[in-house]
Amino acid sequence: MVKVTIDGTEIEVEAGSTILQACEQAGREVPRFCYHERLSIAGNCRMCLVEVEKSPKPVASCAMPVNDGMVVHTDSPQVKKDREGVMEFLLINHPLDCPICDQGGECDLQDQSMGYGMGQNRYDENKRAVDEKNMGPLVKTVMTRCIHCTRCVRFASEVAGVDEIGAIGRGEDMEITTYLEAALTSELSANVIDLCPVGALTSRPFAFTARPWELKKTETIDVMDAMGSNIRVDARGREVMRVMPRLNEDVNEEWISDKTRFACDGLKYQRLDRPYLKQDGKLVAAEWDDALDIVAAKVKATEPSKIAAIVGDMASAETMKALKDLMASLGSANVDCRQDGGYAEAGNRASYLMNSTIAGVEDADAILIIGSNLRAEAPLLNARIRKRWLDGGLKVGNVGTPADLTYTVQQLGAGPETLADLAAGNGAFFNILQNAERPLILVGSGAVARADGGDVLGTARALADKVGAVSGDWTGFGVVQTAASRVGGLDLGLVPGDGGRDTAGIIAGAQSGEVELVFLLGADEIDTDQLGNATVVYIGTHGDNGAHRADVILPGAAYTEQDGTYVNMEGRVQRARRAVFAPGQAKEDWAILRALSGLLDAPLPYNSRDQLVAAMVEDVPHLGALDQLAAATWGSFGTTGDLAGAAPFADPIADFYLTNPIARASKTMAACSKQRLELTAQGEGRRNA
Amino acid sequence: MSVRRLVPGLGPDSFEFTPENQEWAQKQIAKYPAGRQQSAVIPLLDQAQRQMDGWLPEAAVRYVADYLDMPYIRVYEVATFYTMFNLKPVGKVHVQVCGTTPCWLRGAEDLKEVCRRKMGVDKDQGPSEDGTYSWTEMECLGACVNAPMIQVDDETYEDLTVERFEALLDELAKDKSAPKTGPQIDRQFSAPAGGPTVLKKGDA
Ligand code: SF4
Ligand code: FES
Ligand code: FES
Repeated sequence: MVKVTIDGTEIEVEAGSTILQACEQAGREVPRFCYHERLSIAGNCRMCLVEVEKSPKPVASCAMPVNDGMVVHTDSPQVKKDREGVMEFLLINHPLDCPICDQGGECDLQDQSMGYGMGQNRYDENKRAVDEKNMGPLVKTVMTRCIHCTRCVRFASEVAGVDEIGAIGRGEDMEITTYLEAALTSELSANVIDLCPVGALTSRPFAFTARPWELKKTETIDVMDAMGSNIRVDARGREVMRVMPRLNEDVNEEWISDKTRFACDGLKYQRLDRPYLKQDGKLVAAEWDDALDIVAAKVKATEPSKIAAIVGDMASAETMKALKDLMASLGSANVDCRQDGGYAEAGNRASYLMNSTIAGVEDADAILIIGSNLRAEAPLLNARIRKRWLDGGLKVGNVGTPADLTYTVQQLGAGPETLADLAAGNGAFFNILQNAERPLILVGSGAVARADGGDVLGTARALADKVGAVSGDWTGFGVVQTAASRVGGLDLGLVPGDGGRDTAGIIAGAQSGEVELVFLLGADEIDTDQLGNATVVYIGTHGDNGAHRADVILPGAAYTEQDGTYVNMEGRVQRARRAVFAPGQAKEDWAILRALSGLLDAPLPYNSRDQLVAAMVEDVPHLGALDQLAAATWGSFGTTGDLAGAAPFADPIADFYLTNPIARASKTMAACSKQRLELTAQGEGRRNA
Repeated sequence: MSVRRLVPGLGPDSFEFTPENQEWAQKQIAKYPAGRQQSAVIPLLDQAQRQMDGWLPEAAVRYVADYLDMPYIRVYEVATFYTMFNLKPVGKVHVQVCGTTPCWLRGAEDLKEVCRRKMGVDKDQGPSEDGTYSWTEMECLGACVNAPMIQVDDETYEDLTVERFEALLDELAKDKSAPKTGPQIDRQFSAPAGGPTVLKKGDA
């Protein structure tokens, strides 16, 4: 610790801190553009100048470490003058086009020139002109506004791990661009929009649609993957205009994936806004009463063992609780929350959680990834691993399809055989895991979603035990879920009861006629063509696979349209909040199930969402402990079987941008997907590694 | 300086070092510790430019990036940063005129005028009609003491006057190796013009 005096107050700060950090600790605000806590220090904007006694010149506080006894002034006349000077220079080539700039109202340059600028302009010359640059469908550029802070360059190369943005030319001719204006490819690319302190990089889909101050902001949770990223949904009227990240150090830090940010336009298209009934092979609009009556009649006429339900990937815990209770009251055990049929032991949380926690990844010193392309399945988790890797000393091994994960990975093998071999104690990577202090074994959701998934999980668990991955406070084992609903569903026990059918069993039963009525609760990722002659009731939001096959459609609410509890892959319970109302006649999911139960003379015992939440928490107490992690008890799980000759692991996600009905309805995601296909078709035309 | 960019589609679709240059490149890379091969990016780009008779097509930038296992954008940054890399074809005699203050004070503007007149093209506007000349403006090339000066390939020509420069351009067009390099007046290296003024033998 060293002592420094900031504006007359003496404080103690960690040795090695920068002056800027010390100022913040002392509660003094220092304006800045290029400095960002999560990026390397560039020191190029000079906005953070402060006066340090005995130093002949103003000092860039973001780049200068503190010394013992330093006396710093952030409020002297000199500092005021320095800031005005820097501001004036920054604005020399800036177009000052705030009235037509989308950053207006949330622009650092605007705010800081109000706060620290001198309020007038002495520059009469021509300003420089810079061509707009193409960066793909997400990031819009207006490059005359760029102040060359290089935050975007550093983000792409450091956090996203894809070197694709750079500064070409120099001096007055420096320009930010990608290589020959190729589109950005990182799954995290749009975070540069938030990072850009001016309006040079803005959101293309959001361009000119709204001003930030006219939006209603709702803090909620994302459901595009199982991270549970903390987001803010900005809405105007009934429309979700954009999604922004919120800070949560334990989950998404301050980033979100491009899908989380930009799939939201999918909430406008392909919506089911009223009930539909299939008549003569065509879906025709219907009234709620008629649709519910028909479903109720069908339920009453069907033997309980012939009724089944499959839950989709974005269902909230409340919805699943209501479904579970409904199925129980009907006497059917055919319910499954795993569309992909992933192996999990519902009573054994350690078997399906990311036990190490997401932030815990940063403590690992050796990681084995089994059957998962983390960049597509959990881009932010992947970014965490990269962050850890950049710190040095991390070894990563991969069993499965090789992929560019943005860090060095030893490719160990393609399938379960390699895993079995490791578990038998063979191979150099076994030694690496064994010698590691905190080894971490990550099993992809795709690796357990196969016939031998139990064996894969069991073998991976055995390997974890053998290398000492679980000891003391470290549980170096995790399943990387991809569905936002999955952990909640398993916590609630939405798996087949005694003699019940799982997803595969339900589909097979529907094929053979042993299942006559199937409820799809937003389940669109199964092969809906295989449901035979069964009557399909689709409760969901979009005209996607499920709705196309449905005989009755009951329109539900999307994640932005109802409150809901979600448990992320590490078991963190978080609550999503309603930002807008569901369109047309669509209802909240639980209310649909509640209404149906009434017609079946077996009303679910809750008349309001609060009562439902109470019932859910009574059923599974930890669902009431918001923002907390209920640690799982480590035990034995999985099955033991011979993995010799098993098929190699396949990536469960074919297209990162199109993994759920909302994303598939999104025009932005479609454009991204097309863009990526084109790039792949061009082959390795450009490389960013 | 003006905005410098790669022009996609200009020049060949692919580029490869000749076997001699490959060998040369390996030697450059070997100068740096393993894993630091990127440090050789400037020499390699320069060698590619030499192989291409004085300019660097986009294919060569990609080739060097692949050669050194670097992201394309990083090599692009280097190629656009240094004005010595020509991103468009140049004439047989590519003249780099220093335009920085000392040379400017000593008549660099006149030299530029000579270029315009003799070549019929402005700076960075590509080769003259017959392909003989092209020219560009440079920042200080480090010979200020003999200002004004120009550089062609690896040689500098200093202490220029309009007349001498005009003649020099003709000589270079005929045979690049013919003209005397360095100071074009009676001066040894950067010693005073007209011979030494101090430490003269016999002076007391
Ligand atoms: S585009 Fe924005 S983030 Fe990138 S250098 Fe310019 S001002 Fe900074
Ligand atoms: S914030 Fe310190 S130089 Fe930019
Ligand atoms: S100014 Fe021309 S060489 Fe230095």
